[in-house]
Amino acid sequence: MPTIQFGDVQVEVDEDGFVQDPKQWTEDLARYLAKQEEGLDNLTEDHWKVIHYLRDYYQQFGIAPMIRKLCKDTGFDLKYIYELFPSGPAKGACKLAGLPKPTGCV
Amino acid sequence: MANSKTPRLDELEKGRWPSFVKIMKRAAVKKPAAGDLLKQLELSYEEKVGHWKHGGIVGVRGYGGGVIGRYSDRPDRFPNVKEFHTFRVNQPSGWFYTSSALRQLCDIWDKYGSGLTNFHGATGDIILLGAPTENLQPCFDELSEHGFDLGGSGSDLRTPSACVGPARCEYACVDTLDLCHTITQEFQNELHRPMWPYKFKIKISGCPNDCVASIARSDLSVIGTWRDSIQVDPQAVAAYADQGLDIQGEICGKCPTRALSWHPERKELEIRREECVRCMHCINKMPKALRPGRERGATLLIGGKATMKESAFLGWVIVPFMKMEPPYTELLDLLRRIFNWWDERAKNRERIGELIYRLGMRAFLHDVGLPPVPQMVARPRANPYYYWRPEEVRSNG
Ligand code: SF4
Ligand code: SF4
Repeated sequence: MPTIQFGDVQVEVDEDGFVQDPKQWTEDLARYLAKQEEGLDNLTEDHWKVIHYLRDYYQQFGIAPMIRKLCKDTGFDLKYIYELFPSGPAKGACKLAGLPKPTGCV
Repeated sequence: MANSKTPRLDELEKGRWPSFVKIMKRAAVKKPAAGDLLKQLELSYEEKVGHWKHGGIVGVRGYGGGVIGRYSDRPDRFPNVKEFHTFRVNQPSGWFYTSSALRQLCDIWDKYGSGLTNFHGATGDIILLGAPTENLQPCFDELSEHGFDLGGSGSDLRTPSACVGPARCEYACVDTLDLCHTITQEFQNELHRPMWPYKFKIKISGCPNDCVASIARSDLSVIGTWRDSIQVDPQAVAAYADQGLDIQGEICGKCPTRALSWHPERKELEIRREECVRCMHCINKMPKALRPGRERGATLLIGGKATMKESAFLGWVIVPFMKMEPPYTELLDLLRRIFNWWDERAKNRERIGELIYRLGMRAFLHDVGLPPVPQMVARPRANPYYYWRPEEVRSNG
């Protein structure tokens, strides 16, 4: 299993770079991943809205939400989500939010 | 052959037919990935298990579909296929290429990938097999520079495809190429950014011969048809008879609805238009004498799919006849209503055919605003009960 060295913690990630243990997630880690994975220098309020929404949903239900639900609940259309996270909701936003890799076709 | 590393695969080189093993061995001379691919496949044949890991999630910026993640679960033994991702590249309508476009595509793929291709996948896309993660973005960038775009994958609109239609085929009742291009352009967002419960496929055939097998392989199938009479050239009919074609037995006798009569004394073929179900049999047999009618359009069918939650389905007719002329507003609007209806109601990984199966055709037709018409059923049903919607029931008082 690959790891990323972040500060003085070792974070385990899978081969696509998804954090394995959601408990290791911090806002700083999200900023770090944003830079590394998405080339984003800073995260705006809208970025955080999506990230926190995903984390809350995951904590409540144990899975990532359907994309339709994500769009509806955040009020952002899918195109805008791709603008925020160029790799998209699954590979981008979920990764930054420290969720394990969404399964299936998300 | 005793010391071959792939004795099982070598069996597949025998015989006079084309062999993917031969081709991949040839590719392996240039590309180590092709060699490792063969060795991994040999191991799979030996152990009878696949060695690809599932659930990889890779892609290019701005797109959610078009790249399918593949990782070997034995990177220790096959390091060159450790990452072996697949690109789906949107094919041109009707699969027409210039040879220079093909060369360009292959050059790009030699540069970034394994050099192995598959023309074409089940959806119709060009399949580029096997690139490492770090090459995905640069490969995509170069493909785009040369005018190529990715196709669909995952829970999105899959790349629409169409038969060659009017480009080469006199049977075409609609311009399949233009329609396919229009739908592809219109729904770019749905194609590249998966957001649906599952996949949605659209295929277009120019006539009921249905050369792209749309009825069995697409959620929404568009099949060219006509609503007036088959066009007949009486002299050409007589010429077929003179050449010894058994019109009574071969043509009339095999018309599924017995819509044809042959009058040998007058050498005349009579077609009862209202009986004809447009199966194409007589036209295929006598192409010089018979042609589709003049008033042309398409039949729309919904719900075709392979076995998943439910068994395999063929498409159901939902619109017996629709004119198909640019800008295709009626069809595009209907498609939007269908997408929404399905997207709002379907469970995860439920195809539209399965959703209609679950909620009923009546609900589907009502909600997307299509009238139920007799052409939707093969014959009147035996069960006389009809379930009225509550608002249709009025008291007599
Ligand atoms: S489906 Fe009909 S129009 Fe299209 S290629 Fe086949 S025969 Fe020709
Ligand atoms: S198209 Fe088929 S159904 Fe129609 S007349 Fe010819 S054979 Fe009969």
